[in-house]
Amino acid sequence: MTIRVLILRAPGINRDQDAALACTLAGGTPERVHVNRVAEGAVRLADYAMLVIPGGFSYGDHLGAGRLLAVDLAHRLGEQLEQFVADGRPVIGICNGFQVLVKAGILPGPVEQPSAAHDAGATPSSASPALRRMPVTLTDNRSARFECRWVRLAAEPSSRCLLTRGLSHPIEVPVAHGEGRLVVSDPAAGASLQAQGLVALRYVGTVRGPAGYPANPNGSLDDIAGLCNPQGNVLGLMPHPENAVLPQQHPRWTREPAREEGDGLVIFRNAVQYAASL
Amino acid sequence: MPLFLVTVAPREPPPSGVSAQTLYLLGGSALEGEAVALLTDTLLHDPVVQTATWLPLTAEALAAEPRPIASSVIEIAYRPGVTDNTGEMVLEGARRLGVAGLGQARALRRYLLPPDADPEALAAQLMIELVQTRLSYRPGEAIADRLAFYQALVAPPAEARPRVARVPLRHADDDELLRISREGVLALDLAEMRAVRAHFVALGRDPTDGEIETIAQTWSEHCSHKSFKARVRYRGTAQSPLTGDSPDAALHPMLNRLAQGDVELDSLIRTFLMAATTQVLEARARQPVAGDDPDAPWVLSAFVDNAGIIAFGPDHEVSIKVETHNHPSALEPFGGANTGVGGVIRDVLGVSAEPIANLDVLCFGMPDTPAEDLQPGVLHPARVAAGVVAGVRDYGNKLGIPTVAGAVLFDPGYTANPLVYCGTVGIAPRGAHPRHVQPGDAIVVLGGRTGRDGIHGATFSSEELTHTSAATVGSAVQIGDPITEKKLLDVLLQARDRRLYSAITDCGAGGLSSAVGEMGAECGASVALERVPRKYAGLQPWEVWLSEAQERMVLAVPPQQLEAFLALCTEEDVEATAIGQFTDDGRLRVSHHGEPVVDLAMAFLHDGRPQRMLEAVWEAQEYTRTEGQGAPDAIPPLSELLLRLLAHPNIASKERIVRTYDHEVRGATVIKPLVGARMDGPGDGAVLQPLAARPEGLALGCGINPRYGKIDPYWMALAAVDEALRNVVAVGGDPGRTAILDNFCWGDPRQPDRMAGLVRAAAGCYDAAVAFGTPFISGKDSLNNEYRDSSGARVAIPPTLLISALAYVPDVRRCVTMDLKRAGSLIYLIGATGPDLAGAHVWDAGANPGAYSGPLALPRVNLATARASFAALHRAISAGLVLACHDLSEGGLAVAAAEMCIAGDLGLALDVTARDASAHPLVALFSETPSRFLVEIDPAAAPAFETIMAGVTMTRLGTVTAEPLLRIHTGETDLLALDVAALRVAWQSGLDGIEL
Repeated sequence: MTIRVLILRAPGINRDQDAALACTLAGGTPERVHVNRVAEGAVRLADYAMLVIPGGFSYGDHLGAGRLLAVDLAHRLGEQLEQFVADGRPVIGICNGFQVLVKAGILPGPVEQPSAAHDAGATPSSASPALRRMPVTLTDNRSARFECRWVRLAAEPSSRCLLTRGLSHPIEVPVAHGEGRLVVSDPAAGASLQAQGLVALRYVGTVRGPAGYPANPNGSLDDIAGLCNPQGNVLGLMPHPENAVLPQQHPRWTREPAREEGDGLVIFRNAVQYAASL
Repeated sequence: MPLFLVTVAPREPPPSGVSAQTLYLLGGSALEGEAVALLTDTLLHDPVVQTATWLPLTAEALAAEPRPIASSVIEIAYRPGVTDNTGEMVLEGARRLGVAGLGQARALRRYLLPPDADPEALAAQLMIELVQTRLSYRPGEAIADRLAFYQALVAPPAEARPRVARVPLRHADDDELLRISREGVLALDLAEMRAVRAHFVALGRDPTDGEIETIAQTWSEHCSHKSFKARVRYRGTAQSPLTGDSPDAALHPMLNRLAQGDVELDSLIRTFLMAATTQVLEARARQPVAGDDPDAPWVLSAFVDNAGIIAFGPDHEVSIKVETHNHPSALEPFGGANTGVGGVIRDVLGVSAEPIANLDVLCFGMPDTPAEDLQPGVLHPARVAAGVVAGVRDYGNKLGIPTVAGAVLFDPGYTANPLVYCGTVGIAPRGAHPRHVQPGDAIVVLGGRTGRDGIHGATFSSEELTHTSAATVGSAVQIGDPITEKKLLDVLLQARDRRLYSAITDCGAGGLSSAVGEMGAECGASVALERVPRKYAGLQPWEVWLSEAQERMVLAVPPQQLEAFLALCTEEDVEATAIGQFTDDGRLRVSHHGEPVVDLAMAFLHDGRPQRMLEAVWEAQEYTRTEGQGAPDAIPPLSELLLRLLAHPNIASKERIVRTYDHEVRGATVIKPLVGARMDGPGDGAVLQPLAARPEGLALGCGINPRYGKIDPYWMALAAVDEALRNVVAVGGDPGRTAILDNFCWGDPRQPDRMAGLVRAAAGCYDAAVAFGTPFISGKDSLNNEYRDSSGARVAIPPTLLISALAYVPDVRRCVTMDLKRAGSLIYLIGATGPDLAGAHVWDAGANPGAYSGPLALPRVNLATARASFAALHRAISAGLVLACHDLSEGGLAVAAAEMCIAGDLGLALDVTARDASAHPLVALFSETPSRFLVEIDPAAAPAFETIMAGVTMTRLGTVTAEPLLRIHTGETDLLALDVAALRVAWQSGLDGIEL
C-alpha cells in the first residue's frame, strides 16, 4: 500500500529533502509540493495520506518565525487543511513547520482559555477565530541566539499524540533554531496543555528533573519540545527527527556501539503506519 | 499619501536597561485604518508575547501618543534604497491577506533609553551609518522632526531623466586621464587609461559613461585578475637564516627558480597555479592512482568555470568555490559577510550544482584591541567579528546549507582590513551543466530586482580602504535577501533537470555588465536596459547596467524553451525577464529605449587591456628574538604556557560561533565540526555523505597561517597546503584523491615587497601541489587589502593564503574523530619534530624568545616524506586501525594532546623523551613542525598499524588514561600535569571578549 506523503514547500523552507528522506526510510512515498500548487488547486491535499511541514525560514521569518506561511495555511489552504486534520490524517510540523502550525492556530488546537489571555493591546481585534484562540507561541530562545546542537527527547506518557507512541526511551536528535522557546500567555494555559494531554515531547537531561540549559536548548516552558492537537494526529516539534534517521548522523557514532538507524526514524514510521491504518 | 505607524512592544521586560520595540511605517494612497488594524492583528505582532498599537501619522496623533517610559528614544531604519527585508515581507503578507491599498512598508527599531544611557554612544554601537539612518528625541518632543523622518523614509526617490553622458577622453592629457579614473572610482592606471583613449581616438568618438564603466569593471582587479596575470620581474636571492639552506631543487623546482636571482615571469596564475594542475594531472595520467577511472577524468573543470569541478562516484560531479568579501565586511560587517556568502553560493549555482555545504574562514584584529588604538572609520574587531559571524549565520542557515568547516584567526594586522573567506561545495548529476551559448538565445535575468546598490563594488575592491571609504563608496555595501536566493536555487535546479537553459552565470561583481559581457564574449550580446526590473525609479542607464544588486542570475535560454522557463519561474514566485539576446556580431550592444548606452567590440573589452608589468623585490626578513610578551628572559612554567595557549583566540574553542551555524541541515554532515564525548571537541575536517544511499563521502579542510607568511610566504604556502591535507587525512579523506583551492589575500601588488611575497607564495603553491599530487581546481585573489590613514601611511594585512582541500572519502563508516576513545589505548606521534618555533603561538603566551637560546626555524614541510606519510596514515584509517587522529597545528603537540583529552573526557600520559632526550621542552611541546599527527591505537591493533606505517617517522609516546589528567613527562620528570577540567575551562574562555 502506497502512503503518499505531501512535503509542503514554500519560499525559504529548506529541510524538505531531509523530511522526504525520512518518510521514504519509514516506508512512505513523499512528494515535495510547493504551497502555491495546493493553494491554486493543482494539487489536492485530500489525495495524500500524510502531511509534513518541514523546517526552514519560510518567507524569511522576518515578521516572526512562520508568520507568513501561517497566513498561507489559514487563508489559502484553510478548508482543505481543516478537513485533512478533521479526517484524522497525520500531520507533522518540524521546527519552522511547528512554528507555522502554532501561529496558524492549528496547534495546540481549540483549547478553552480564560479570556484575559487575549489582551492584544489597544487594537480592536478582528483576527480570525483560529488566531484568537491561540494560547501558546514560540518565540526567541532564552539565549537570544540561533543554536544548533543535539538534544534528548522523551515522549510524554500521558500525551494524546498518536505519533509518539512506543517511544519508551529518550531519543537523540538535533535542534537548529533561534525561535523555539515555547511560552504561554498565562500559567493556566501551561497547566491546561499538560492536563489535556497536548504535550507530546519534552527535552530531558541525563538525570531526572528539569532539563536546564543546554539540555533544554531554548528555555521552553516545562521543557516542552513538541505539542499535539486534541485529536492526537497533528504533531509539532522544534527538534529535527528527520536529521536523525541514519546511523552516521549521530554526533558520537565514532565512539559508540554501531546503530542500525537514527533515533528519529521512529516518529516517521509511527506516522506512516498510522496513516496506513486509516 | 496617508501614513500609519504601528508600534510593537515586547510584554517581557528587557534583559538590560534598554528596551527595544519594532515600528512599522505603512503607507498607501488608499490605505485606511481598518486595513492597518487587520495587518496589525494578523501579521505584525504575536499577542502572546507582544502588544501592538497603531496611529495615523499626524502631528495631533503623535502628540496624543502615550509617552514611553524612557529618558530618550532612538529610532533606526535602513536608508531608503537599502534592502529592507522585513518591510518587503509586510507587503507580501498584505497581498496574501487581500489587503488593498498598502503601497509602502518600512520596518524600524526603536530603543527606549534609561536616564544614564548616552544616546550618541549607543547609536554608534547599534547602527552602521552607511546603510542606516536614525532619529534621537525625548519622549513627547520633536514631533515635527519625527514626521519629517518618517516621510523621508517613504518618499519616492527623485525622478531623474535618464541620460547617456559622454566622457571627454580623446583630448585628455595624462593628468586628466588619472583624474577621471580617480574621481570615477574606475581604478584604472595610466597605461590602461591610455589604451582606452587610443581605442576611442581610433573610433573617432568619446566613450559614453556606460562604456567607460563597462571597461573599468571588465578590467578591474576583481574581474580580470590583472596582477596575477601580469608580467613580473622578480629580484632577490637571500634566504632567511630561519629557512636554512636551499632544499632539494628537484622537490622545490620553483623555489630553485626564484633563487636564480633576476627572474621574469609571465602571469603567476599560469606559471604556478595552472601549471601545477597540468603537471599533477600529467603525472597521474602516466601513473594512475588506485581508484582512477582510465576512461573518465577526475578533474572535470579547473580555473574555467565559476567553480572547480571534480568527478564524484560514477554518476555525479562535485564543485567547490571559495571567494572573499573583505572590503564590504570592513565597512558593514553583517551585510558584507551576508552578501559574501550569497555570492559564493551563486558561483556554485553558476555551474548548475546544488549547494551542499559552506565553509567560512574569518580573520579579525585582536578582540582586546583598545578602542583608542583604532584608526578613524575603523570598526572595533570585536564588533566586526560579531557582525560577520551573524552575517554568515543568517545567509547560510536561511539557504539551508550547512556551514561545516572553517577557521577564525586573530592578528593585529587585520584590524583595519578584516578578511572574510566564504566557500561553497555543490553536487550535480554528471554532465548536467550546459555551457553552450547560442546566438539567438534569450538573455534572461532572474531573481532580485536591480537598484542603486552595489555600484562600483568591482572597482572599489581594487583600491585600498581609507578613513573616507565609507563616504565615497558606501553604495558598494549591501544587505542580502537570502530568501530570494533560496527561491532562485529552487527554480534553477528544476530548470537544469528540465534542460531549459543553455548557459548560466551569476550576477556578482560588475552586475549585468560582467555577466552578459562574459557570457557573450565569444559571440556578442544585445541588451535593452528598459526591460530590467528595478526596485525603484530614478536610476541612470549605466547604473542599471553596473549595479551589483544581489540575488540575481543571468541565463541563456533557447527561444523554444523561453515560455516554459518563464512559466516555471512564475510557479515558484521568482521574477524572470528576457532583457535581450545573444548575437553573432562580436559586439556588446546595450541600449535604453533605443538610445545606445554601450557599443563595444568584445575583442577590445576582453583582450584590449595592456598587460601589467610589476616589480617584485624580495628581501629576507631578519627575525628578532625580542618579540613576544612577558618579562624578558622569562619562560613561564610549561603548564602555565599551555593554559594560556589554550585560551589564545586562535586556538581557543570556537564553539560559541559554530553553534550559531546550522551544520545539520541536509542531514549529510557525518563528521561534524564539534566532536567527542560532550560534542565540544575541535574536529579536524568535516565529512559529508552527499548521497544517503551511498557510502562515499567528501572531507573538507582548510590550511592558513599568516604568521609564517610574515617571515616567508613560500614556506607559508607549503604549510597551508600541508595543514589543509592534514585536516582531511585525519578524518579519513584520501590524500591521493584530494583537490585544492588557493585564495590569496594580499596588500597592494604595485608595492615591490608585497608582490615579491605574492610570487613566493604562488611558487610555494606549485611546489606543494606537485609534490603532494593535489591539483588546484579553483582559486581567487583579493589584493589591495591595505588601509591608508589620514596622514597617508599605509598598512597592509599580513600575507594570507587560504588553502581549501576537498578529499574523497571511500567509505564514511571508516571515518575517525579526534576525541580519545578509551583508556589503555596507545598514542603515537606521526612525523618528525624540529625546532620550528619561528612564528609559533607560544611566543604569544608569555614566553620570550630572548629567553630561548636553542635553534629556531620557520616550519618547513618536508616534501620528501610528507606525501608517503599521509598515504600510509590514510591506509591505516581505511583499514579501521585508528581510534582517534588529530593533526598538530597552532601550539604544537601539547595543544593537540590537550584537545584530544577535552574531547574524549579522558587523560593522557606521554613521555616526550621517547622521541629526543635532548630536545628543549619548548620544542617538544610547542614546536609547530608540519606534517604531524597524534593517533590513538588499540594495543591489539598496534602490530598491524606499525606494519602499515613502516618507513614513516613515528614515535610511541604513551597511553590513554581513565583519570582525566594530561601528564607530559620526560622519563620520571613531569613537564606538566593538568586536570582536563582546567584545560577545558581555559580553552573555552578564549573568545569571551566577543559578544555574539
